[in-house]
Amino acid sequence: MKLIGEKGVQRILSFTAFSALTALMLIALFIINEGLPFIFKYGIINFLSSSDWRPQSGMFGIFPMVMATLWVTFGAMVIGAPLGVAGAVFLSEFVPRPVMRIIKPIIELLAAIPSVVYGFIGVMVLAPFIRSYMGGAGLSVLAGSIILGIMILPTIISISIDSIMAVPQSYREGSLALGATTWQTTHMVTIRAAKSGIIASIILAIGRAIGETMAVIMVAGNSVKIPHSVLDSVRTLTANIALEMSYATGLHRQALFATGVVLFVVIIILNSIASLAIRKKIAKK
Amino acid sequence: MKRGDIVFFIVCLLAVLVWGCGKNKLSVTLAGSTAFQPFAENLAEQYMKTHPDVTITVQGGGSAVGVQSAISGAAQIGMADLVILPDEAKALTTTIVARDGIALVVHPSNPVTNLTSQQVRDIFNGKIKNWKEAGGSDVPITVVSREAGSGTRSSFEQIMKDIHLTKDALIQDSNGTIRETVANDANAIGYLSHGLLNEKIKAIKIDGQECTIESIVAGKYILVRPIYLLVKGAPEGEIKNFIDYVLSSEGQQTIKAKGLIPVK
Amino acid sequence: MRIPPRYTQRAAMTVLGGATFLTLVILVFIIVFVFEKGLPVISFNFLFSNSEDMGRAGGIFPTLIGSLLLPLLAIIIATPLGICTSVYLTEYTRESRMTRVIRFGTDCLAGIPSIIFGLFGFIFFVTTLGMGWSILSGGLTLAFMILPTIIRTSEEAIKAVPTSYRQVSYSLGATRWQTVKKVILPNALPGILTGVMLGIGRSIGETAAVIFTAGSSLRLPGSIFDSTRTMAVHFYILAREGISSENAYGTAATLIIAVLLVNLTAYWLMHLFISKRS
Repeated sequence: MKLIGEKGVQRILSFTAFSALTALMLIALFIINEGLPFIFKYGIINFLSSSDWRPQSGMFGIFPMVMATLWVTFGAMVIGAPLGVAGAVFLSEFVPRPVMRIIKPIIELLAAIPSVVYGFIGVMVLAPFIRSYMGGAGLSVLAGSIILGIMILPTIISISIDSIMAVPQSYREGSLALGATTWQTTHMVTIRAAKSGIIASIILAIGRAIGETMAVIMVAGNSVKIPHSVLDSVRTLTANIALEMSYATGLHRQALFATGVVLFVVIIILNSIASLAIRKKIAKK
Repeated sequence: MKRGDIVFFIVCLLAVLVWGCGKNKLSVTLAGSTAFQPFAENLAEQYMKTHPDVTITVQGGGSAVGVQSAISGAAQIGMADLVILPDEAKALTTTIVARDGIALVVHPSNPVTNLTSQQVRDIFNGKIKNWKEAGGSDVPITVVSREAGSGTRSSFEQIMKDIHLTKDALIQDSNGTIRETVANDANAIGYLSHGLLNEKIKAIKIDGQECTIESIVAGKYILVRPIYLLVKGAPEGEIKNFIDYVLSSEGQQTIKAKGLIPVK
Repeated sequence: MRIPPRYTQRAAMTVLGGATFLTLVILVFIIVFVFEKGLPVISFNFLFSNSEDMGRAGGIFPTLIGSLLLPLLAIIIATPLGICTSVYLTEYTRESRMTRVIRFGTDCLAGIPSIIFGLFGFIFFVTTLGMGWSILSGGLTLAFMILPTIIRTSEEAIKAVPTSYRQVSYSLGATRWQTVKKVILPNALPGILTGVMLGIGRSIGETAAVIFTAGSSLRLPGSIFDSTRTMAVHFYILAREGISSENAYGTAATLIIAVLLVNLTAYWLMHLFISKRS
């Protein structure tokens, strides 16, 4: 290491950092390159607001798919975030350390289950359940949200636990010394301190939910319809891309890449909202 | 430093792997129809037993990928299970190596056993929405179909004619999931490759004709589609040898044994 | 009327405990579901013999190798890259517009659908760079996919190391790199490991991106240029084409056990590492 010296290390690190970031930019550029020409040709308003998706006739309206993605992702968040954060808080603050150390790896294990397995369980167990007890075809927004919500749980729980554990013990001790109960300490001090990590985990998880393809294709039904109830069958943006990409050519293919661009923009907006929210909270302090 | 050594070692290992065994000269890649992929793998396995110097690799991707790979050269042989090949396939040499029946399926509890072609059309177009209009119980029909680019779907719609799939149809992306969907929904109707029929679903007759090998070979059951092997230009060398093998009595025997219908 | 804190505490613990319990029940259900159908299928033969008859018979050995090599390659590429990037962003640069933009960018990239990564890999690695359907193409594509996660989690882990540690180190005269190497990284290791675990998990379970880049050949790969099929892809194909339900679940069960072993090994190694230091 002496051979390289401090400056050398810095240069190596910055080189790798920029390589990594360039690589990631490559993908962004790739999607934009394939999809943007179509958006200019077809018109963004038409693309987003039309409900007619008929590639054979040259009609490419993705409004139903946009709605589907919004409904399913929102549902997944409503299910996954509270369960995940609650679980993380409970496991790190109210459960003996050794027990948590066993449970956490098991939860991380679940991140490795292929999405197709989740999808299959959804088709064989969840969809029939929804159909018998709630009506509709079973393959629905609800099924999609539940499966996605479960899929993102490991991410949220795992990273949130890390963030909560990283809060210095002195914070907790100070609070307890002032007479607060464990719960008061937890929600007024510890969680607040771990906030950035917890939110990071939720953002990563939402990102994962929006981008999930395989499982959603299997349980959401894939009808090109605007959802009016959670029991309706829908097709998300990702499902649309996956279902048709392997045979699409020409304008159709560009339209699918343009869908990818739309997804990218949606994620950018979501992340912007999230980081603004964090910035505001920090400023308030 | 220990950690540095390990890293160095891994890098060297990678380098060795990279410079290592190159690609076999005599290699043939097939790509395309996922319905035919398992059969192709089986045939390739058997072929390689008697021709150990040749390496045959089979990829999936769908019939359209089969067409495109054959054209671009990514694969030497493309596999497609379409009734009508797309325009760009005109430049390729096509060889039919098997046929596949498409079965119309419902849940075993469904009392309906036969539908006319027109009824099938009306159901998939959304005109008939309740099973009682087709001779069944008073329950709504759940239509299940494949995605727009599926060879099975294209074949189904091209043979039945005049099908504009209803917007309410559920769409699944593979034979297996259609089977699961229909098996779990008493009101569902769908179609899939006849080789995948099992006791969880029931095939129904179309215009009185059953989906069996005999009625397909006799030309009576209409939902049949050919399996094509596509090659750019005339097949030569190992490519030709393999295609000949698939068409040979041994190859066709294998195809028949595994659930497809031989060409002859 | 103010509710006494001890009651709110009890209420909170019940709610939180209930949520945790529900989560665990769901997750256990999934594992049990797969194991119930899959464990009976697993045997020495199943694991170590080659696949025959389109996967209906024989074993899944080639897919085991595929599931081993592909994530391994992805981790080897992505982990150093990710850690170096996060170290650079947190320790070597000031918190500025630039770093916020970069952080924002990596967050967004975590959300790109796997199929787009697959297409990117297909067009860039398989076709343009001519690597063909291979372990190399697959590994590189997967590396890109898990990079954002590793960068983000490493960054959080590094930020969580108390400033006092850094101050003490600098005050003892250490240089920035020495501080990073001997103080920050070791303390951030558990958090970084979480990111790596999540990355491994994602790579092993990934299907769409792998099919487009590493292909789905059932033959045992001979080199990094050969195509291969991972267990996840194998499950997908078996289940999708309805070839063999039992083998599909057997594959899924094997996959879960494999990941469990990998995770446990990693934690054990980390435990060794930490106890050696203290």
